[in-house]
Amino acid sequence: MLSAEHITVRYGRLTAVEDLSFRLREGEWLMLAGPNGAGKSSLIEAAARGVPCEGTFRWQGEDLRSLKPALLARRIGFLSQKNQVTYAYTVEEVVSLGRYAYRAGLFSGRDGDGGAAVERALEMTGLTALREASMLTLSGGETQRVFLAQVFAQEPRVLVLDEPANHLDLNYQKQIFSLIRRWLDQPGRAVLSVVHDLSLARRFGTHALLMDHGKGIARGPIDEVMTPELLRRVYGMDVHGWMRELLAPW
Amino acid sequence: MTETRTLRRERFTPLTCLALTAALLLTMILCICVGSVRVSFSDTVTALWNGAFGLPIPEGIARNIILRVRLPRVLCVALCGAALSLCGAAMQGLLRNPLAEGSTLGVSSGAALGAILAVATGFTLPGFSFGGSMVLAMIFAFGSLVMILSLAWALDRSLETGSIILIGVIFTMFSSALISLIITFASDHTRTLSFWTMGSFSGVSYPHAGALGAALFLFGGVLLRFSPELNALSFGEDNARHIGVNVRRVKLILLITVSALIGVCVSIAGTVSFVGLIMPHIARMLVGPNHRRLLPASLFSGAIFLLLADLTARTLLSPIELPIGVVTSIVGAAAFVVIFYRTRKVRR
Repeated sequence: MLSAEHITVRYGRLTAVEDLSFRLREGEWLMLAGPNGAGKSSLIEAAARGVPCEGTFRWQGEDLRSLKPALLARRIGFLSQKNQVTYAYTVEEVVSLGRYAYRAGLFSGRDGDGGAAVERALEMTGLTALREASMLTLSGGETQRVFLAQVFAQEPRVLVLDEPANHLDLNYQKQIFSLIRRWLDQPGRAVLSVVHDLSLARRFGTHALLMDHGKGIARGPIDEVMTPELLRRVYGMDVHGWMRELLAPW
Repeated sequence: MTETRTLRRERFTPLTCLALTAALLLTMILCICVGSVRVSFSDTVTALWNGAFGLPIPEGIARNIILRVRLPRVLCVALCGAALSLCGAAMQGLLRNPLAEGSTLGVSSGAALGAILAVATGFTLPGFSFGGSMVLAMIFAFGSLVMILSLAWALDRSLETGSIILIGVIFTMFSSALISLIITFASDHTRTLSFWTMGSFSGVSYPHAGALGAALFLFGGVLLRFSPELNALSFGEDNARHIGVNVRRVKLILLITVSALIGVCVSIAGTVSFVGLIMPHIARMLVGPNHRRLLPASLFSGAIFLLLADLTARTLLSPIELPIGVVTSIVGAAAFVVIFYRTRKVRR
């Protein structure tokens, strides 16, 4: 569905991502993992056109750069880890913004199926009861759920997530990842996400791409990539040993 | 069914639009009636009605005061208030900053500098006496806005409220100094410093109202059309881009539109501060932050507020007329402190 071909991202003299390629196929949840500074978020930002890059992202063979922003939004939904909320919009208003890409013309309002899509997104994320609530009154986890609902209302084929459960407590982490898993169960969908928590990556991912210093170290089914040897090479420590040590008191 | 319910909530109902229009018209009539010479409500309505439909105006009605002096002024005040308030609401959405507006950002000062430069150098457009100052005011307003935002971006890379206001204050002081300098050397050609820094509607005429009306129709229409994009940008440029907004194009259009509208207002009425700060804020408290409702609400409330401010400026110390900016600044400064305090509190 989505492929990256020889992607390089540079910030001045610093090369954040170097000649990286991968493919995302239907039904896959590809976890981007690696230490801080590995280039994971830069790769995601490049796919979202947030930073310029060399190389090509393709959607079913078509160069993403040739797509207008609204067409790109209908295919790929991005969920950022930092969402800015300044004004007291209601939950429903924020979720409805996900239908922006489907507005038919210059002076048209919402699209025909917009209301139903918003309802489905609110229901799926358990926000129906909070639809009238002000965004300024929500907790961090609820806010993240609202933006996830916005992406669901967008009805993309691929979800691209930058640490979707960052700063969330365990309960919200579970909720968010379970919601994405349920979304992925529908045919014709795929997920690409950055995660720091390797346990979450193992639990929910189908595939993984290990990165280090901007380069792809290994890519494949999650069991084949998250091996003690590869993780030790990328993180410079005994990751499995550390995980066992953490869980030992439990 | 759900779609209809949501759409109804997103936009004003015809009844609300009617109520707002009625409130605006009543305020306009009040402002025509009250002044150094009092005119009765019925005389005012008769003169306006007969004047609009080309009917003869009965003897004994102060026709000249109503149609030649007060009506053009009231029209200019209402249009200017609506335009400035609309611009403030749009800038606050675009920059995600509840303190953004022409005067706090320094854009109005930039526009005033452009206008006064045109007057001092005698730059005009053929057949359009104040066209030169209007064009330069629009260009300078846009240049100022781009420069202030660039400097604020260079300062903190995030367009923080404090940075924008700081750069805006510095730029306003710089522009005021240049305006003073130009007035000193070209006092024969330019209006007073208080006109450019505090604003005034004395001496405005129908051509001014026509120019303001055309600008509001054109640029205001563009801003209203971009309500969904302003809603998207209220959550940050990344979020807007992710849902399919062409952020660069939309931002450029909005910046040009806002600058042009402020430029037209400043070239006609000088710098009228704080209208674009107070009224969108009050409108947001009443109708919420959704720009589909906020922009029309700001437009109407801005017009009504400036009409009442002008009425106060004309009548408070009659026969002395205060610069309108004195009234808006006194109210606005207090509002600024309250909003700034509340913004800081929310962020903590």
